[in-house]
Amino acid sequence: MRILRNGSVVAVLTIIALPAVAEDLQPLLQTLRCVGPNGAGNRAATRAWQELAQADVRQIVTILEGLDDAGPLAANWIRTAVDAVVQSALHQGRELPAADLNRFALDRRHAPRARRLAYELLVRTNPSARQRLVPGMLDDPSLELRREAVDWCTAEAEALADADKREQAIAAYRRALAAARDLDQIRRLAACLGQLGQQVNLPRHFGFLMQWQVIGPFDNTDRKGFDKAYPPEHEIDLSASYPGKHAPVTWTAHTCKGDYGRIDFNRALVEEKSVVGYAVTRFVSEEGGEVDLRATSHNAVKIWLNGNLVQAHHVYHTGSQMDQYTSRVELKAGANTILLKVCQNEITPDWARWWDLQVRICDRNGTAILSTDQK
Amino acid sequence: MRAMRTTTIYLTTAAAVLCLCTGADWPGFRGPDNRSISGEGNLPLSFDQQRDVAWKVPLPGAGPSGPIAVDGRVVVTAASGARQDRLHVLCFDAQTGQLQWERQLWATGHVVVDPFGGVAAPTPVSDGRLVFAFFSSNDLACFDLQGRLKWLRGLAHDYPTVRHDVGMASSPLVVGKTVVVQLDTPGDSFVAGIDTTTGENRWRIERPSGAIWASPTVLRGGTRGQDAVLLQRRDRLSAHEPHTGKLLWYYETPCHSIASATTCDGRVYLPSHGLHALQVNPAGGVELLWHQPRLSSGNASPLVHDNRAYTVNSAAILVCGDTADGEVLWRLRLKGPFWATPVIAGGHLFCVNHHGLVQVVELGEKGRLVGSSQIDPKILASPAVADGAIYFRSNQDLWKIARP
Repeated sequence: MRILRNGSVVAVLTIIALPAVAEDLQPLLQTLRCVGPNGAGNRAATRAWQELAQADVRQIVTILEGLDDAGPLAANWIRTAVDAVVQSALHQGRELPAADLNRFALDRRHAPRARRLAYELLVRTNPSARQRLVPGMLDDPSLELRREAVDWCTAEAEALADADKREQAIAAYRRALAAARDLDQIRRLAACLGQLGQQVNLPRHFGFLMQWQVIGPFDNTDRKGFDKAYPPEHEIDLSASYPGKHAPVTWTAHTCKGDYGRIDFNRALVEEKSVVGYAVTRFVSEEGGEVDLRATSHNAVKIWLNGNLVQAHHVYHTGSQMDQYTSRVELKAGANTILLKVCQNEITPDWARWWDLQVRICDRNGTAILSTDQK
Repeated sequence: MRAMRTTTIYLTTAAAVLCLCTGADWPGFRGPDNRSISGEGNLPLSFDQQRDVAWKVPLPGAGPSGPIAVDGRVVVTAASGARQDRLHVLCFDAQTGQLQWERQLWATGHVVVDPFGGVAAPTPVSDGRLVFAFFSSNDLACFDLQGRLKWLRGLAHDYPTVRHDVGMASSPLVVGKTVVVQLDTPGDSFVAGIDTTTGENRWRIERPSGAIWASPTVLRGGTRGQDAVLLQRRDRLSAHEPHTGKLLWYYETPCHSIASATTCDGRVYLPSHGLHALQVNPAGGVELLWHQPRLSSGNASPLVHDNRAYTVNSAAILVCGDTADGEVLWRLRLKGPFWATPVIAGGHLFCVNHHGLVQVVELGEKGRLVGSSQIDPKILASPAVADGAIYFRSNQDLWKIARP
């Protein structure tokens, strides 16, 4: 009895200590959406999060909907509240609302990440949902869902190839490749198609810019060339000649070799340390509009679109992965000029020989957008 | 002069007492006071997979970050997804290995890293009440021990030019009510002291460019109010007030970019082309006691215990030196390579190499290899020791090793 009384006291105190469970979650979600840079809104968000985390699991889709117009910081506040609500429900032995999650996961109007989260929760409660949903997600705007569908389609293609159904296997690989946006999957699919005698135009798949005019070398002694505006930054005159590091330099045409659109300045110009090279190209867009300009380099780089600086990174020989630098830029209708400045530093180890840049134009999901004159 | 000597003795005594107070928790990178020393004395020296593995749990993603142990829990971070942009904070029951809670974040900053490392590279840290999880994407999250989110910072969101495409690995440090994060990159760089309660900046110091993966280290003072934060950079070590970031002193030398300093008895042992032993002057500043080039560090940080300094160099040779004068006393070749910093417990040094080979060295007049056991390959994380167990983290699993 004494134990019971103590337990009752604890229970009462716990109820008092816990925030009331809100039926209307919108004010809480709105508070979380208001978090900003430098910790702004954190204090109010902490209180709102605690209350939101007490929501009934049947309200999980309402919380997921809160991700639709949440910024990156707010999304994490909301996402962790979903984790807490699910954890609490599962701890209590309650089931997740599978039908609601299924509906939400399939509704492409919702935020891709929120849909992926709904899908994962659904599969957690109903593993067979995977084979029901995934095959239809090859064109999904959620890259994570699409990735899973590409894996699914690739497995089908492999099974067909193993069964000596060559043409069907090729068709399945092609379907998977057309949907694939992740480098590892694309490489794998290109290799599989290659084994079946099929060529894959990877530069076209990615949207790499392959045709350039290059000029250099200019001087980058003491790394001062990065901030020095050489003539190509003032004018693009492909017939001009300018003083270079050692001698006058002129523009020459350069076509990227290989599948990954890398401008290798060591080959295009000269292999030398403490130098600057420029490359310029034209990108024709029928209607203009917003696109991703994505670049990758081992070197210090600046990138201009139509004379406007869109990327500047004064670092040398750090890590380098595809799509290292991404800018959301506005193309104008007609011809657009993309100018690159790539600076090589003075250090001489073998791993510091790279002097390169790779650029592509694509949509937010990495789908290639080609210059009209390449189509 | 007399007053100064008295103060020095007081500080040294207080620091020595603190050095012995290892506690049962392992609250951050390199444990209590970043010293990699545990008071545990009963760890198995060779691990039998059946007998000594108390539990082993799979992790949802990779990470060089080490586990921490707080109040009967083990907390670890991980990153998953094709882009390693899904960040996990996981809390396990130390006794059973059962997952108590897991929270996920989406990276708000850059996730371009060298694949050898990972986005979940910094080891989380706790003040015993809160857990601060930091990632290479510069996302910093604070949870209580029940997994309740207290605050979030997207430091890449706030300072978008601060990025390092090899990956950030410096672990956060909590001192009093301030969590310190060090973001030294080849480009824009800074160190910030962040209020543990609100997640807002207490202070922020811009730094010259230069990649540093070493972590901030606490230097205990005579009182908690006299604690200092040690920060390495390419050209100097500096000490700062934790609450304000105020510079207290600095020592010019090209610091190691990966191995972090350690402290004991009011001294700082700094990896820098060997090991520098620095005596902290209570009036401010430090003086060099000795420099021993042969006590050089590879990636693992140095350890100091019982008047001995230990380093593991890039050739996987464990070197023991006398802290009185830096004289090298013995060397022992181990099997490397090493990324994880070893731990000392019960007079033994536990070293786990990148291939998951755990080598246990009995410390004494000579070092003697007394145990060798194999766990998962691909281990970069420094182990944690708490409550009679040692915890290892590989890219796949979290292991608890303890005597049955």
